[in-house]
Amino acid sequence: MKTTVPIIVAFVAGVALVLAFFFDQRTLIGSLSQELRIWLSIVGGFTLLLGVVSITRVNFAAVRQRKEGWFYKLITLISIFAMAIPALLPSSWSPLFGRQSGSIYDWLFLYMDAPMMATMFATLAFYIASAAYRAFRARSPESTLLLVTATVIMLWRVPMGEWLFEQLPGDIPFFLNTYIMNGINMAVQRGIIIGAALGAASMSLRIILGIERTYMGKG
Amino acid sequence: MVYSLVPKLRLYIRRYYYLALFWTISLLSETALAQETERAIFRTDRINALILVLVFSTVVIIYTRWARQGKTLFLRKIPGLEAVEEAVGRATEMGRPVLYIPGISELDEIETIAGISILGRVAKITAQYDTPLTVPVRYPLVLAAGQEVVEQAYIEVGKKDSYDKDIVRYVAGEQFAFTAHVNGYMMRERPATNIYMGAFFAESLLLAETGNAAGSIQIAGTARPEQLPFFIAACDYTLMGEELYAASAYLSHEPIMLGGLKGQDFVKMLIVFAIILGVILTTAGVGQWYIDLFRAV
Repeated sequence: MKTTVPIIVAFVAGVALVLAFFFDQRTLIGSLSQELRIWLSIVGGFTLLLGVVSITRVNFAAVRQRKEGWFYKLITLISIFAMAIPALLPSSWSPLFGRQSGSIYDWLFLYMDAPMMATMFATLAFYIASAAYRAFRARSPESTLLLVTATVIMLWRVPMGEWLFEQLPGDIPFFLNTYIMNGINMAVQRGIIIGAALGAASMSLRIILGIERTYMGKG
Repeated sequence: MVYSLVPKLRLYIRRYYYLALFWTISLLSETALAQETERAIFRTDRINALILVLVFSTVVIIYTRWARQGKTLFLRKIPGLEAVEEAVGRATEMGRPVLYIPGISELDEIETIAGISILGRVAKITAQYDTPLTVPVRYPLVLAAGQEVVEQAYIEVGKKDSYDKDIVRYVAGEQFAFTAHVNGYMMRERPATNIYMGAFFAESLLLAETGNAAGSIQIAGTARPEQLPFFIAACDYTLMGEELYAASAYLSHEPIMLGGLKGQDFVKMLIVFAIILGVILTTAGVGQWYIDLFRAV
């Protein structure tokens, strides 16, 4: 039963969703895709509790056993409940509850969560620099070609490079855009996208037909 | 368990796939017609896609049947997948954990399902070697699926007692909070092997570079072309696009699953021929009708 039911569900849902693509969205079958997305959101909402239980159990165990870094795990636990509990309480009790502007949740989100996310994202610039340093070393003819192409493209994308290219004869930006970005780069990207799309379709078909069962831990 | 009692179920599904497809079409058309008599029901402008779906399904089913009949199918080696066992072995020798991330997308993404499928294979190897495994996830649905797959892997290799529910753990719903946790884990625990399989976005380089700095051997796989350069720059092995979806079939060594891969290769060859023909016709100035054939609506 543990395997048979999921195989049947996968088959029925898979075939129905393939068919939904070929029907008008205002029809019963055509609207199925949208309908199932709503179901997914509802199921996802319920499973959120699983996530909270998991994160609480893992961190609480580490705090109780005073494992290395337990203090940070304690902060994680406090943060979860400090953000969730006031948001769940009705705003009619106090303007600090709920999720409206001026609430504890809103304050924590705007002045702690958002800046921390932005900071993490901003550090990407430094990671790109270190990765580029390693990737763009001229160790072979291929990597030298990559180095030269990347340098020219990066120059083109900054105001200084734009100014530099304007001083040179010929329309270099046009050449870069036509042959490098919309030519070689686009062709390679499309090759990968077509391969990935076929791979995804093949895997979906294997799941629909019950050939692939590894997503259930079987096979 | 009941599955073993009805071994013909999968065979029936495959045998009656088209029958079910057309039966469902006709049934739903009638239902839809009854409700929407004055509207266009079937998207005739998507007939080209329907033909492609039917051709693709037919080819995959034919190759799967050939594989079942025992026909030898050649598959090129994928170094990233060959390296999985070696990478887990390294972690065992060093006494350090294996970190596996099945992407940061929800379970409705096929990339995440591919990541979960490969997780089952990796978990079997770590269970065999008694190597610690850690799987941080971003969505509760992925948590549930991941826990099921890892538990099943431990049961299959007879290591049920070694299974810990917290191997797969929910970390955070926010993209960069998740990244911060995983990066911190990498720097503290120094996992010997990091495996990233699934959908990744801006955090791909943050994760891969930190893993690189921590001295881990890294294997990545994603179908997102914009993230591939980052993984290639920072990881030891990278599975590109279709290789991610092929991984579970490739690692299983089951002929019936490899048949699907060969079918996919055949359709890819058809697409290459279609592109070449399109280039010739368009260059000759008579290709507009041909382009319209493939126009997506």
